[in-house]
Amino acid sequence: MAAVLWLAVTVAAGQTPAYRAPRSADGTPDLNGIWQALNEANWNIEGHSAAPGPVMELGAAAAVAPGLGVVDGGPIPYRPAAASQRQENAENQLTLDPEIKCYLPGVPRATYMPYPFQIIQTQQYIMMVHTYAGAVRTIYMDDHVEAPADSWMGWSNGRWDGETLVVDTTGFFHSDALHVVERYTATGPDHLLYEATIEDPNTFTRPWKMSMPLYRRVEANAEIMEFRCVEFVEELMYGHLRKEVDQ
Amino acid sequence: MNRSRETLHMARRRVASGGVVAVVVAVAWLASVPVAAQAQGLEVEPAAPAETWTTQYTPDGQPDLQGFWTNTTYTPLQRPDDVTKAFYTPEEVLENAQRRAAVESAQTEPGTIADVHYDFTQFGLDRSQGPMGFNLRTSLIVDPPDGRIPPMTAEGQRRAAERAEARKQRGAPTDAVQNQSPRARCIIMDRAGPPMMGNLYNNNYQIVQAPGYVMILIEMIHDVRMIPLDGRPHPPQNVRQWMGSSRGRWEGETLVIETANFNGKSPFRGSSENMRLTERFTRVDEDTMLYEFTVDDPATWSAPWSAEVPWEKTVGPLFEHACHEGNRGMYNMLAGARAEEKRAAEAAEQQLLN
Repeated sequence: MAAVLWLAVTVAAGQTPAYRAPRSADGTPDLNGIWQALNEANWNIEGHSAAPGPVMELGAAAAVAPGLGVVDGGPIPYRPAAASQRQENAENQLTLDPEIKCYLPGVPRATYMPYPFQIIQTQQYIMMVHTYAGAVRTIYMDDHVEAPADSWMGWSNGRWDGETLVVDTTGFFHSDALHVVERYTATGPDHLLYEATIEDPNTFTRPWKMSMPLYRRVEANAEIMEFRCVEFVEELMYGHLRKEVDQ
Repeated sequence: MNRSRETLHMARRRVASGGVVAVVVAVAWLASVPVAAQAQGLEVEPAAPAETWTTQYTPDGQPDLQGFWTNTTYTPLQRPDDVTKAFYTPEEVLENAQRRAAVESAQTEPGTIADVHYDFTQFGLDRSQGPMGFNLRTSLIVDPPDGRIPPMTAEGQRRAAERAEARKQRGAPTDAVQNQSPRARCIIMDRAGPPMMGNLYNNNYQIVQAPGYVMILIEMIHDVRMIPLDGRPHPPQNVRQWMGSSRGRWEGETLVIETANFNGKSPFRGSSENMRLTERFTRVDEDTMLYEFTVDDPATWSAPWSAEVPWEKTVGPLFEHACHEGNRGMYNMLAGARAEEKRAAEAAEQQLLN
């Protein structure tokens, strides 16, 4: 069964979309809406078995759910030093994962976190407004410039390639060579195919790609709500600096 | 619209190269008044009357409020004690602006005021460097007519006293991160509101409109207000948020936003969590927008009260303001306080030994 599912996903990702999305006022595909990934990539974008979570007390509630992965064509081509770093990050998630500290997630991670995000589309700007940490991306459709400085969510220049929104993002803190090219293509009224090609010669031996469907949140009352997580991580980050009270 | 045009007394200020500040008075009814004041460093030009503005519409038919805006202003929320009139003359506005600009630019000289050791202009703390909304009003508050927040109810006073006592019980701000203000903790800036009020710096906003939504991106902490226009109800009473829950609609050319369901953790000037807020955004011309708000909170104030804030077009883009991620100040404040306590304890111990 697992193999069949994997095959189905691979085929879907490689297909040329036949679907023609409704048009926005300027004639481009209308991607407005609230979207969400539904997969296990937030635990690990590569295929992985079920595993215990990093906090014993949370038991099965925070365990790693098994997933077949969203990376196209085999393991991520890490350079050796990067592979070691990844291993260290995985083994020390509680101290090294930016999500634990409610930090901005970067790209493409923001897209496949298990929370909805909203696309607000105009000819000049496409906004991607995320639930997690209130992360927001501005996609500049005109006036493409180089990233003026490094940032967490990067600097995104966008263009239309037929049915597909192509977003080119650079200027990340993660690595000064990181370059992410995302493709958003409607495959039906309530589905987008999301593809992200990751290029970073400092970290990977070659560019690699992930892909997954995004699903429209179709509830009539769907909305992006406040997930202001800073106050949930303060005791973790600064609790050791609390003034000691004499007993 | 008429009310807006009659009551919005906008002046526009530009900082030209070489530090020359030009204030453009764009008051419709003043356009015919010869505004000749040429204050030192300030230049006044009459602007086109607001009546020439024709509303532009987005492709889906919404009045177009899109663009980059600032609500920086020198006008105080409440009328100063020594002012008895509702409006300044344009000359007085210029005089005030010049005085404020002089005070703020004096701060740009390191060493001129205590504890300032860097150039404020590098950090945009001198407001006269950027675009600003001008207003002939002596206060942003327009109702009640005295320009002051109405008296607090007994319940409001009791709550204020309780909050002050709770703060005292918690100890000094440097005792624990939770004792610091939401602003210092990078949770939310006071000015993000709503209501949205300018402060010293980064008072910048981007409005983007798509079918069914108005999105307002706030520069500070990259906060987004996503306003649905489909008439949906507020969430149930138990679902509360720092910025409340906002629902919008168009009344003619005015965007009206109703906000409720505040969580009460960043109360606006002592408000209760049940405050209801009505905001009205009206484009007045290419470069100016009238922002009006009414605060209705009978648990806190004896009457609703309203204010008008001039918004002025500014330039984008807004760069990512990753506040929490770069909040070294929080660590340093707390760690510094602990280090000082340790030093004091060691000194006391040393004294005992001597």
